[in-house]
Amino acid sequence: MSDPYYQRLQRRHLTSKIFAGVCLISTWFGLVVLAVLMTGLVLKATGTWDPTSTGAAKATENWLTPTLLTHQISADPEKAGMIASIWGTTWLILMTAVMSVPMGVGAAIYLEEYARENILTRFIRLNISNLAGVPSIVFGILGLTAFVRMFGMFSEASAIGIPMGIGMLKVPLPFGKTLISGALTLSLLILPIVIIASQEALRSVPQSIRHAALAIGATKWQTIWYQVLPASLPGIMTGVILALSRAIGETAPIIVVGAVSFISFNPGYLESPTDLVSDPNVILQIPASPYTVMPLQIYNWVLNSPDPEFKNVASAAIVVLLTILLLMNGMAVYIRNHFSKRLNW
Amino acid sequence: MSFKNPTLLCSVALTLSGLLAGCAYEEPAGNVVVVEVAGSSTVYPVSARVAEAADSAIGVKATVASTGTGTGMERLANKECDITGASRPMKDAELENCEKNGVDPLSLKIGMDGLSVVVNPQNDWCDALTTAQLKKLWEHGSEVTTWKQLDDSWPDEKIKLFGPDDKSGTFDYFNEEIIGEVPEGQSPCREDYTPAVQDNVLVEGVKGDKYALGYFGYAYYVMNKESLKIVGVSNTDDAADAVKPSEATIEDGSYAPLSRPLFIYVNKEALKTKPEVAKFVNYYLNEGQEAVSAVGYVKVPEATLEAAKASVAEVTGK
Repeated sequence: MSDPYYQRLQRRHLTSKIFAGVCLISTWFGLVVLAVLMTGLVLKATGTWDPTSTGAAKATENWLTPTLLTHQISADPEKAGMIASIWGTTWLILMTAVMSVPMGVGAAIYLEEYARENILTRFIRLNISNLAGVPSIVFGILGLTAFVRMFGMFSEASAIGIPMGIGMLKVPLPFGKTLISGALTLSLLILPIVIIASQEALRSVPQSIRHAALAIGATKWQTIWYQVLPASLPGIMTGVILALSRAIGETAPIIVVGAVSFISFNPGYLESPTDLVSDPNVILQIPASPYTVMPLQIYNWVLNSPDPEFKNVASAAIVVLLTILLLMNGMAVYIRNHFSKRLNW
Repeated sequence: MSFKNPTLLCSVALTLSGLLAGCAYEEPAGNVVVVEVAGSSTVYPVSARVAEAADSAIGVKATVASTGTGTGMERLANKECDITGASRPMKDAELENCEKNGVDPLSLKIGMDGLSVVVNPQNDWCDALTTAQLKKLWEHGSEVTTWKQLDDSWPDEKIKLFGPDDKSGTFDYFNEEIIGEVPEGQSPCREDYTPAVQDNVLVEGVKGDKYALGYFGYAYYVMNKESLKIVGVSNTDDAADAVKPSEATIEDGSYAPLSRPLFIYVNKEALKTKPEVAKFVNYYLNEGQEAVSAVGYVKVPEATLEAAKASVAEVTGK
């Protein structure tokens, strides 16, 4: 038993076990924190238990009701809903995705597949990494100057219409405190994340795939479109999901570019999603509409409402926000898996 | 590389030129004009209630942004809102900024607020403070750190101070009334207190510490009456003259010097050209007064209100 080899072996196995244990704890740490947060929120939202209640506040009411999902905001906590902010967030994220994903993936493809390695491209890469670390409020201030006020180029607010087949797309000039400004600002904010993630994904596609495609006579475009992009899609999608999840939770830049605290109508004055079917051209009104978003609504209920009951409403709203985030991510993961299955080399 | 498909090329060119040139946009008939309200977080709960009621009662849609008085004034000057709420009168610099952009603001007093000095309910020694004591406690470079330093009969325990931060109209008003003029560039009050933009943070702070003291708008005290204790403020050197803020004492002005007016500033041009803005402002000055008391502020006297309505009518020409 005192064989030095045997002792070393035991020690090595012990190290291995400790390492596995540390990794396990790291994994569970995040999960436990999330579970505690979710349990606390759900309990508070459903009125089962209120850890912060001082006894005076009613903690027995269920706040997670259909009212919250279908009603407009109200000063009465019993009637308060968040439908305008749910729609606001939905349209904002859709518009952000439409603007930032093609641009981000395009930039990544250029940098990885076309650009020659020189000082300029290194400089661009460095700056993109830097941009990813810029605090979001800075993007808010940029958005305020560049989009909301457009550097003061237009002394009087006006609007132009762009024919879009089903009607005229309203584009206010300057963009003002509308969904367009919000979406452009968030696009700038997440663009660096999308670019960096897409670059990593493109880099992970083996060079041999590109060489093989080129060798059988495919053009650069065909190589990228039929081989490289499908292979890197899962990685790109992961980056996009992370970036959009960040965008959903942003509050500071959205306040600066003019999302409002109180609004009693949905973007584009939609009463319900069926309006989109019966009168499709209302969709062209949406980008020019004032809006609010879920995190701002929650922020406002927690900090700006004198009535303490709104803290419970806010808990319920956070549960809704997290559920929507989960649904969105789940959908994206499904799409990602669906696409990666089609790949067979 | 060449484009083999001329139709594609043409359509791309058309779309691009359409994007660049655009056409003058005509609002479809019957489209909603939205009244945009910004401004003070103190006035925000009132404006939000008025907007909610106005939507169902007279069908005027409004959005309210809680930006703080200063940012609200900036938006008004930039024509980025029609109305802004303010917890203090407009400053000269802000008026100049408006004039520079051709904005003529109309000031309307919509309510009264009593800045409330509060302590923890477990605090059984302090019922009243004189303005001199408040000044001694809050002034720049104040050396008061314990309750005993304010009054010999009070416990020798450290005071935890909570107050609004320097972006707030409440902060400006309190310092002007209690501390008065300070040299240029110097902070008007001590800096070793816990500042917060949001009044709820201050409420929580005072709730949580037996030796705490804080000040904020009356509405936040009313909503949290059970967990806070209000302190009377005396305008003389005698604490026996102290008055506690209440609807009556704020309205008749006996809660001095900490009762303050709340305003909305309306862009006169918007009032004239947008009927929705005129309707909204009139609603604010009539039925909207209910919202003022519902939030916990005090309505303005009838005569002031009539004068305000008259000044609106003068602008709209009705």
